[in-house]
Amino acid sequence: MAIEEASTLTTARSSSKRPAGTLYRGNTGMWSWVLHRITGVAIYFFLLVHVLDTAMIRVSPGAYDAVMSTYKNPIMGLGETALVIAIMFHAFNGLRIILIDFWSKGAKYQRLMFWIVIALWVIGTAGFAPIHLANVFSEGH
Amino acid sequence: MSTIIEAPRTPRERSSKGRVNWEKWGWIYMRASGVLLIILIFGHLFVNLVLGQGIKAIDFAFVAGKYATPFWQIWDVVMLWLAMIHGSNGMRTIVNDYASNPVVRRILLIALFVAAVVLIVLGTLVVFTFDPCSTLIPADQALSFCPVS
Repeated sequence: MAIEEASTLTTARSSSKRPAGTLYRGNTGMWSWVLHRITGVAIYFFLLVHVLDTAMIRVSPGAYDAVMSTYKNPIMGLGETALVIAIMFHAFNGLRIILIDFWSKGAKYQRLMFWIVIALWVIGTAGFAPIHLANVFSEGH
Repeated sequence: MSTIIEAPRTPRERSSKGRVNWEKWGWIYMRASGVLLIILIFGHLFVNLVLGQGIKAIDFAFVAGKYATPFWQIWDVVMLWLAMIHGSNGMRTIVNDYASNPVVRRILLIALFVAAVVLIVLGTLVVFTFDPCSTLIPADQALSFCPVS
């Protein structure tokens, strides 16, 4: 096996935009971190809105039903599907982070666990999205 | 002013012994609350969005039915506290990472704190003071089982 120049300082010569010779950049570890942040921020802002819309039950039945009717709109239905998909990634990857931190072999298997997270994510989405979209796009109330 | 860069793996110098290490407890909290939130939020999503007609069935009567039992009141309030603190602490981490201007950073952290306190107090009060037959509810919107006043 040829000895490659794997220093992080010598990546500039590569014509590829993807940095070579680093363990982290551009790899599964980085992308799981990026996705964890993006999904986390999205879930946080939904949580702010969701506490406020649920608080409408303390105002009147009409106020609550009015705000809930906006959630039954098909465009919002697509947003809810995206939200639940984001929650599933954040949940499964959160378990991966905990295993990396507390399981003695967690760091060794972090890359494998990333792909298990992706597999669970796809399975969860396949389970949830058809049910929710059928409810959202079904006729009647 | 010169900056001394310590050798890698130099143990962190403990500034004041006996003080509470808040960053450590925050780190532990994210993991502990995260596990509980998986159970609470997946249960919440399953009952509200997957069972029956899902989102189409959610209206005032649906929520009133849930909050008639202490089980769902406590479920939702525990979920609210854990999630608001988990989310706010995560946002704090992100603000600390990206807000390089100290004034902007401080404003954002205060905003996160205020939002968390306001929504936790509001949500807790809503769940525990909720009365499906409140006299404040207009008669034409009242649920059928409520006594006619």
